Amino acid sequence: MIMELKVAEKSGAEILVQTLLDLGVDTVFGYPGGAVLPIYDALYDHPKIKHILVRHEQAATHAAEGYARSTGKPGVVLVTSGPGATNAVTGITDALMDSIPMVVITGQVATNLIGSDAFQEADTVGITRHCTKHNYLVKQPSDLAGVLTEAFHIATQGRPGPVVVDIPKNVQVAEAEFRSHNGKINPRYQPQIDGDFKAINEAAEMIMQAKAPILYTGGGIINSGPKASETLCQLAELLGAPVTSTLMGLGAFSASSEQWLGMLGMHGTFEANMAMNRADLVVCLGARFDDRITGRIDAFSPNSKKIHVDIDRSSVNKTIRVDLPVIGDVGRVMEQLLAVLKGRKFNAPDYEEWWARIKGWRATNCLAYPESKTEIMPQEAIRKLWEATHERDPIITTEVGQHQMWAAQHFDFEKPNKWLTSGGLGTMGYGLPAAIGAQLGDPDALVIDIAGEASIQMNIQELGTASQYRLPVKIFILNNEYMGMVRQWQELTYESRYSNSYSDSLPDFIKLAESYGWTGILIEDPSDLEAGIKKMIETDGPVLVDCRVAKLANCFPMIPSGAAHTDMLLTPEDVKGTMDDNAKALV
Amino acid sequence: MHIKEEKVERHVLAVLVDNEAGILARIAGMFTARGYNIESLTVADISADHAISRITIATNGPPHVIEQIIAQLDRLVPVHSVRDLTEAGPHVQRELALVKVSGKGENRIEAMRLADVYRARVVDATTESFVFEITGAPDKIQTFVGLMREVGLVEVGRTGVVAIGRGPDAA
Repeated sequence: MIMELKVAEKSGAEILVQTLLDLGVDTVFGYPGGAVLPIYDALYDHPKIKHILVRHEQAATHAAEGYARSTGKPGVVLVTSGPGATNAVTGITDALMDSIPMVVITGQVATNLIGSDAFQEADTVGITRHCTKHNYLVKQPSDLAGVLTEAFHIATQGRPGPVVVDIPKNVQVAEAEFRSHNGKINPRYQPQIDGDFKAINEAAEMIMQAKAPILYTGGGIINSGPKASETLCQLAELLGAPVTSTLMGLGAFSASSEQWLGMLGMHGTFEANMAMNRADLVVCLGARFDDRITGRIDAFSPNSKKIHVDIDRSSVNKTIRVDLPVIGDVGRVMEQLLAVLKGRKFNAPDYEEWWARIKGWRATNCLAYPESKTEIMPQEAIRKLWEATHERDPIITTEVGQHQMWAAQHFDFEKPNKWLTSGGLGTMGYGLPAAIGAQLGDPDALVIDIAGEASIQMNIQELGTASQYRLPVKIFILNNEYMGMVRQWQELTYESRYSNSYSDSLPDFIKLAESYGWTGILIEDPSDLEAGIKKMIETDGPVLVDCRVAKLANCFPMIPSGAAHTDMLLTPEDVKGTMDDNAKALV
Repeated sequence: MHIKEEKVERHVLAVLVDNEAGILARIAGMFTARGYNIESLTVADISADHAISRITIATNGPPHVIEQIIAQLDRLVPVHSVRDLTEAGPHVQRELALVKVSGKGENRIEAMRLADVYRARVVDATTESFVFEITGAPDKIQTFVGLMREVGLVEVGRTGVVAIGRGPDAA
């Protein structure tokens, strides 16, 4: 006699928690509320999932991003309906722009109340349709395990991104048979991993003919995993060509290499931008020709052939026409390219003339900054921070603004997954929660949020989260009492009419930190800088440093909006102070 | 400062999608979010098990924008395939319209005559009105509706264009 195998029924909330466990989730960033109470009750019985209670849902999303970016695992967020979901939207959009794998579970009012303007109801699926890679409204508990499994697959495969799963409260309470979906991958989303063999051969051909090639790398290499960074090093070594990177790609290639030109683009180095402009072959690896990179489109690298390796076909020819697109995982494609080049016994020329020109551009020493005995120069503060910490492979997060660009310029990264910043969306308030997420992912790491006094206030409430979970996060505020990047643009574009860019009524950051149980350190004098940084590193537990820096320092070099790579402003003396309307209209 | 406009071309796209809730909003929303145009959009379930819908989109834009539209559609998870019928070559485009005209005397006779010439069928008639059903390529419908305006057009409903490639193969 054949027995019918009975599968036990579980509530939607229990199915959700069990599926998260099956998928290997051990950390969830969230905030409870009415529409997720059944899920929180289920979590109560599952200590294997560590729930991190943030102080604001936006911070939950950034913490999940920091966790994801530093560990390579997807970040998981759990928030309630209505305001819980809408507060998460900024971080979800940030993850979409920077291709961060993230699954956001939102509570929703019961299915019979949807559309009735119920308490804490928002059309979460509608609101997040444009800021997610994909999203779901789950209407039956029996669908939950399958949907969640697909959500994690979509978030992590191909070009990573955020996926929202909206779960009405009655679906969390109702029961259904539960079968684990572990390992069952939905066939409808299968991105191309291997590059087309013909295209790889053509790329090899183009590389073999180049006289002035450059590798332009991006965040895709970080997303592809640490192995892709190793492959990049091998490829660069074989080619002997210069390497530059976007903001998101920093760390994929060692900054101490002779072949490293520094970051390119708006606040990139003179040598990187000039080399892009004069190259005869640009090999774009996991980057997307963002407007911060290209400057004026019609003047971008005008004489080069362009190869574009990207896992997302829609990135190809979006802003810059390329000669050869190669669709695939950038790590895999680089491996294929290496194999073909080695197979053809490619012996790179020494590009003597090319390197001689690069040497000339390097001689401008574009990252030099004026020295001061009376004020702390912000660039100097970053250099000193690097000197004091780099041997410990710190994880650096940032907020958004001048301090972010100075960190990108003056903090040299040697390894991937150590640099967490909001690139595409440019979200002030990203750094502190991202640092919290990164610290949870690697409890022993030295995690430092390089911040500005304006940005840090956008998620300052997260000081409490770090205290609660005993996370020894460090915050290093470059305090110039201005929204510095706004002020810099007003100086460059609007004749120094500083409309609303002064940070008035600042808190006493030291007292504020202390009230949350942090250690606060004030650094005011250049002579105290090194000792202050040392004290920050040596102090156990979370530390906030309020480092008072030169108030009117600007971030150079800079390509003004609407200008070409060759029109960089190198020093304050290059600034005209006015701009025409066409330039003003650009962001 | 003035904002420049680029020259556009019209393309008809056939998009196969999972027949699931919100799919139309996802497609239409992508067009508005990225500033693309929709001339017409039709959607209907086409598979025996009701799992797949075919969406026909008539759009316009400069060639690089059309290329982006196709790539952006293709990366949506529920989208199975996107086919640019205009680019693929010869294809048939059809649209159906219901056209109501009212009037008496010479106008009524003229409406009937024109309907005959354009092979429109009468699907409803009263002593002072007709409802014509007409199918054809969009410009034929356009012309017919234009003529009806002169002889008492009351209202018109159009389905939007559906299209399919010529020859034995599926798109």
